[in-house]
Amino acid sequence: MRLYEMTAAELSRRLQSREVSSAEVVRSFLERIDEVDPYLRAFITRTPDLALKSAGEIDSRRMRGETLHPLAGVPIAVKDNISTLALRTTCASRILENYIPPFDATVVAALKKAGMPILGKTNLDEFAMGSSTENSAFFPTRNPWDPGRVPGGSSGGSVVAVATGMAPLALGSDTGGSIRQPASLCGVTGLRPTYGRVSRYGLVAFASSLDQIGTVSTTAFDGALLMNLIAGYDPLDSTSLPEEVPDYRAGLEPGLDKLRVGLIRYGRVDGFDPEVTEAVNKAASMLEEHGAKVGEVSLPLTDYGLSAYYLIAPSEASSNLGRYDGVRYGFCADGDSIEAMFSRTRGEGFGAEVKRRIMIGTYALSAGYYDAYYLKAMKVRTLIRRDYEKAFKKFDLLLGAASPTPAFKLGEKTEDPLQMYLSDVCNITDSLAGMPSLAVPGGFHSSGLPLGLQLTARPMQEKLLLKTGRFFEEQRAEYPLRPSLDFLEERGGDYEI
Amino acid sequence: MKYEVVIGLEVHVEMLTGSKLFCSCPNRFVAEPNVNTCPVCLGFPGALPQLNREALQQALRAAVALNCKVALYSYFDRKNYFYPDMPKGYQISQHYIPLGSNGFLDIEDEKGELKQVGIGRVHIEEDAGKLLHEAGGASGGSSMVDYNRAGGPLIEIVSEPDLRSSGEARRYLEKLKSIMQYAGVSDCKMEEGSLRCDANVSLRIPGDQSFGIKTELKNMNSFRAVEKSLDHDIKRQARILDSGEKVVTQTLRWDEDRQETIVMRGKLEAGDYRCFADPELAPIELTAEEVELARQNLPEMAAERARRFVEQYGLPEYDAGVLTASRCLADYFESCLEHFNKPKEVSNWVMGEFSAHLNNAGLEADQASFTPEDMVELLKMIDEQVISGKIAKEVLEKAFVSGKKPRLVVEEEGLLQISDQSELEAIIDRVISENPDTVESYRGGKGKALGHLVGQVMKATRGKANPQLVNELLVKKINS
Ligand SMILES: [Zn+2]
Repeated sequence: MRLYEMTAAELSRRLQSREVSSAEVVRSFLERIDEVDPYLRAFITRTPDLALKSAGEIDSRRMRGETLHPLAGVPIAVKDNISTLALRTTCASRILENYIPPFDATVVAALKKAGMPILGKTNLDEFAMGSSTENSAFFPTRNPWDPGRVPGGSSGGSVVAVATGMAPLALGSDTGGSIRQPASLCGVTGLRPTYGRVSRYGLVAFASSLDQIGTVSTTAFDGALLMNLIAGYDPLDSTSLPEEVPDYRAGLEPGLDKLRVGLIRYGRVDGFDPEVTEAVNKAASMLEEHGAKVGEVSLPLTDYGLSAYYLIAPSEASSNLGRYDGVRYGFCADGDSIEAMFSRTRGEGFGAEVKRRIMIGTYALSAGYYDAYYLKAMKVRTLIRRDYEKAFKKFDLLLGAASPTPAFKLGEKTEDPLQMYLSDVCNITDSLAGMPSLAVPGGFHSSGLPLGLQLTARPMQEKLLLKTGRFFEEQRAEYPLRPSLDFLEERGGDYEI
Repeated sequence: MKYEVVIGLEVHVEMLTGSKLFCSCPNRFVAEPNVNTCPVCLGFPGALPQLNREALQQALRAAVALNCKVALYSYFDRKNYFYPDMPKGYQISQHYIPLGSNGFLDIEDEKGELKQVGIGRVHIEEDAGKLLHEAGGASGGSSMVDYNRAGGPLIEIVSEPDLRSSGEARRYLEKLKSIMQYAGVSDCKMEEGSLRCDANVSLRIPGDQSFGIKTELKNMNSFRAVEKSLDHDIKRQARILDSGEKVVTQTLRWDEDRQETIVMRGKLEAGDYRCFADPELAPIELTAEEVELARQNLPEMAAERARRFVEQYGLPEYDAGVLTASRCLADYFESCLEHFNKPKEVSNWVMGEFSAHLNNAGLEADQASFTPEDMVELLKMIDEQVISGKIAKEVLEKAFVSGKKPRLVVEEEGLLQISDQSELEAIIDRVISENPDTVESYRGGKGKALGHLVGQVMKATRGKANPQLVNELLVKKINS
């Protein structure tokens, strides 16, 4: 087994026992990136020199006998909407193409403090607005299980990097499914923590009341390792939660006795692949066989979730993106007047989907529409949260699908925004309710593409999610899942963009 | 005038705090642009606001000082609009639920009777930066932005349309300023922008229940300018109504140089700010106990202080009222007393000459280079008969303008009082010999004639002679 094929936990063990150096580990991943990334394009910015430099520092600290963080020397990839000091952070947008942040996001500062070398910044849909990573202003990222398909989005780059061994771990962000949906489309584990559990300071805002930084990993245990590092209160983020952080690694051993699981019965959703439903039902039986009590649960208001989400998120986005005016940083177009400069900067700097959402949000907040759209959506959001609270009186865990279908083809939904929005239908109500939610691999579609399960728990119950995720891993012969990438040899340069 | 004037004022006050409203940048003026800035107040991507608790306490103090009902639950909203001095593309404010509402303050109306003016709301919001336009060049010049002030802590205080004259408006502002100063919320220096005022004014026929069409007045840099621009617009509106036309809703700017209001924008350009709750800030939650504590801990206000001045220093009520109208002036007075404990004498000088110079220079007591120490030095020189009261006025003026110590002014200008008997005797002898008729009149029983002779001596000494001594010597010489 090569280093890049190992889990973060295994790398951590070998680094701590000094079987390998961080420099060796980082080199292995960098070679893998060189080999795979030209075809799949997960990275917007690669930082090999920086990664090797911090690996070297960690190695010499370890040589000196310093006590280091368990993840010290384990490299990581960071979604390119998370600010990195002195390192370009583009949000996959022309408007921030050359933007270099003057500060680190709180999570990035934590990675650096722990001594995790950063391999690069990963691709996403522009400002995290999208479900396929096709909305990147630079290039789309491809699905490693079938390069003619999308990896999902918006954290497509982070997910593909982890799925293909270009990074053992990655940070993503999830507003309405942006970690969980691509994780399920690429066969990896993605955790959206409770809203406020991980600091958002430095995460470039899309929809602040929904945005949450989370983990992408090949196993639930690796997710726990990373959560131990990034979770916790941050005085710089007023919405971060003061509750103490547990050791997410502890007590993940399976044992499902008396676990009450609610199997989500979806309302009418067009385009739900029957094989997805089958996979979810199979997972429910697996839980039942191992001592869990499974019942059905319906969340009646989730039918309105998509509409509420696509009013609230664009409303916040229309305001959050007001700062990109070309005055202080980022792309700036010429103009004869201040107004002309503003509108040309924004007209040329933003892509179509970003503009669409700014316009929807501006409309929904406008005088005369505010009550009917934004306020109504906020009321629906409150009712959705109540639906969840009610469900969690009967159940400890909710089980459903992480995506209604396996990965779709590149270009398949780009012309139809509504179809694209529907691909988040399984994910957004958890986001609206602020609940922690985990996507774990749930077997394969007959087409050979991976399918994902989604587990949702009460606020702060990330550990239960990870524990159950680990249970599913142990039911499988082979784990983690790795795409063969045989197209690299078979079709070679065909996929180079 | 046959119309009733209806005025409402919107006042922005810069709060005194260590740091800005949502970041830890210092909240103080610096000349060098963009020094007091950070990713938060510059609106960098990913930076998040953190509410400054001190600013919240200041705003709470303002709300209770203005007798407001305090919302135990309120929150921040975003007011969205584009302008280069607004780094995030929105201003964080309180639109839907203000911290304070339904307050009031008391002023004297036109008849000198006590009048309660309603305060509709007191809310917290952040300041904008400053846009500096540079003229010239073929391209029409450039604009520069200074964000030192961006994110500064403000409160907006909106009065009800209860004011009925420009004089009432001025008295409302004076009272508001006094309360904010006494509460320690702000120094309220209008010339420096720490108090800014916009006015809404309309006219109606007395007895009408509904309001007339109003105009909004902006850019007034002093209380006097507020009064003048209101008068100007009231006359303008009256002329329009007299001619049977209708006033149009518009925003006017006061032009200090031209002493008139100029149209800035019409109604069509009124913005839709798309306000909604800021999702990046937690709601403001207060307990009834916290509000009560803020009320109890309010510092002494003007009226209380005036009462104390009467009781403690034995000042006439008039003096106490004048001195305490401005917290700075009252502080100045009390600082003087620490080293010169003759309250009425200090009061005369602080209320009289000193205040006159302040008014001329448009300064507050704490901005004058003539410090309480200087005042004490001056008063001591009078007391010790080093200078006369008349000379002291001259010294104060010179010291006030030049910033020199009073004693130095006396020395440099040769203003020491002449109390040297032999020196004075020579002058008196000359005056007696030059004015035989007046001397005769005095000897003939005309007491007033002596005053003329004293005046001649004072003139000859340019006012430096000790008047008491001159008197004594004159009488002695004439009678001998
Ligand atoms: Zn700042």
